[in-house]
Amino acid sequence: MTIFIGAFIIGLILSFLTIGVFISFRVLNFTDITADGSFALGGALAASLLVMNINPALAVVFAFLGGGLAGSVTGLLHTHFRIPQLLSGILVMTGLYSINLRIMGKSNIPLFSEKTVISCADGWTTAFWGADKKIGIFGGQIAAADMTVLLFFLMMIVFFGGALYFFFKTDMGAAMRATGSNPQMITALGVNTKAMIILGIALSNGFIALSGALLAQYQGFADIQMGLGMFVLGIANLIIGETLVGKKRLGLILPGVVLGSILFRQLVAVALRLGMNPNDLKLITAIFVLGALILPLEIEKFRKRKRLGGNARRQ
Amino acid sequence: MLVVNNIFKTFNPGTPDEVRALQGVSFSLDEGGFLVVIGTNGSGKTSLLNAVAGSFFIDSGEILIDGVDVGPMAEHQRASLIGRVFQNPFLGTAADMTIEENLTLAAKRGKRRGLGLCLNAAAAAGIKERVKSLTMALEDRMTNIVGSLSGGQRQALTLLMATWSKPKLLLLDEHTAALDPKTAKKVVELTEDVIKKHRLTTLMVTHSMQQAVNLGDRIIMMHKGRIVYDFKGDEKRLLRAGDLLALFNEIRRKEQIDISAAEMLQRNYI
Ligand SMILES: Nc1ncnc2c1ncn2[C@@H]1O[C@H](COP(=O)(O)OP(=O)(O)OP(=O)(O)O)[C@@H](O)[C@H]1O
Ligand SMILES: [Mg+2]
Repeated sequence: MTIFIGAFIIGLILSFLTIGVFISFRVLNFTDITADGSFALGGALAASLLVMNINPALAVVFAFLGGGLAGSVTGLLHTHFRIPQLLSGILVMTGLYSINLRIMGKSNIPLFSEKTVISCADGWTTAFWGADKKIGIFGGQIAAADMTVLLFFLMMIVFFGGALYFFFKTDMGAAMRATGSNPQMITALGVNTKAMIILGIALSNGFIALSGALLAQYQGFADIQMGLGMFVLGIANLIIGETLVGKKRLGLILPGVVLGSILFRQLVAVALRLGMNPNDLKLITAIFVLGALILPLEIEKFRKRKRLGGNARRQ
Repeated sequence: MLVVNNIFKTFNPGTPDEVRALQGVSFSLDEGGFLVVIGTNGSGKTSLLNAVAGSFFIDSGEILIDGVDVGPMAEHQRASLIGRVFQNPFLGTAADMTIEENLTLAAKRGKRRGLGLCLNAAAAAGIKERVKSLTMALEDRMTNIVGSLSGGQRQALTLLMATWSKPKLLLLDEHTAALDPKTAKKVVELTEDVIKKHRLTTLMVTHSMQQAVNLGDRIIMMHKGRIVYDFKGDEKRLLRAGDLLALFNEIRRKEQIDISAAEMLQRNYI
């Protein structure tokens, strides 16, 4: 039960990452791998600030802003200097590695007794659940403190997801979605698509850095390597979410993205429980994404061949 | 209203792919005027519209809309003046967004886009009313994504979007060329209606000689980046589709003579 709830919480935290990837990859049609750098940037900023006894909420805000700044650089490189999307992301991600090291001053910052969002949430436990330290749920017992943390992150994702949903329904948000869908058309309607891309990629990386900041606090340390593979993980979560709820409705896709992130994390927890080597995790995630990307195409090809009774093979 | 003065545009200058798309095009169009542009493939018709809309910057020359020199303005900055329907029906609408949302995008053409909700119940009702006026049975599908519509339906929507708030200038680029004859006829009717109703100043490219003689009050014919014929007033009114076809044939014949003359010169002197 404890593993289950831990994976649930991490899934919630990684939902922010997935939302960030959703904004760049799906909304703006921009393959932005700045993610790996900005995730670690979020962790680095939060941990460094917390060690300096800064208010955790403020540390998280700074992480968000830092990610936004990194993203806007990637956006700027692509729109104004015509550097391809992937290369823009790689340049910023590579630069961020050194910047993150500078921020942290070393490659790992542990958070022992510092005040974090987790310890704040813990503080509300007694107020919520009384003195009873265990809660029965689904026939199991879980620590009340875990439950508070879970609810805290759940509320947070509902708030941020709701705000993003609202944003996409505003004039500016609609223009951003149109920028990803049909840049030529929205330019003809008077929108500066370069500005929209920069803003959108900034927003995306803000969410991703926020995710890194929260994870660092939950796991109790920030590490220079913590961003590795996060873009691919975000895509994996996104694909699961889209499979669950479809791609069409924005009102469904945002909750779907959260569900996808939690589900993938649960699967990972089960696999680890069953003896999977944690070192294989990134390979398996990559293969999963690869499969999800090529399978629909292969199935379509197979169907077409069947329809044409083998004629297609000869062409 | 629209003044185009001696504009030039060369793509990929100094490379083997060099194309002189516009070579000194000049004309002016009065308020409420309806100019039809015809010409062979690659003669520079789309390039002319692109130059006016600002899809690229011209190499030299001058473009004035309503007295404003739009030369230094980027495409999105000119949008407050220009409504546009593209040659490709898929270019004018955002496929992933709903019919309603596409129209709200158009309603804000050239205006500041802030953090107000783009759609409310009252606006949705107004949009529905105008979509109904297209008589394409789209009013019951307001929340469907545009990607699920046919090319003709999308082109009709694009026309509605381009003219949602009255533009100073309407640019139409063969906007019925990709449609089946019945739908094309329908879209042409819608076009005529909206132009008459709002007395729009219009620049329309077409491949259909019939459209060219039926619509508009002036025809220019382009060839190799230049205007080669210009018919207005009574001359335009008396023009028949056959006359225009004859002109096309003449151009083709001249071109063949040019080519054979060049070959002869080559044989004799090189
Ligand atoms: N962005 C571009 N880059 C390079 N060449 C271009 C570009 N746009 C147009 N051209 C070239 O300029 C010439 C004129 O093209 P344009 O699209 O204006 O012709 P058109 O008259 O609209 O033809 P069509 O009837 O086929 O639509 C063509 O040779 C075309 O290949
Ligand atoms: Mg053309």
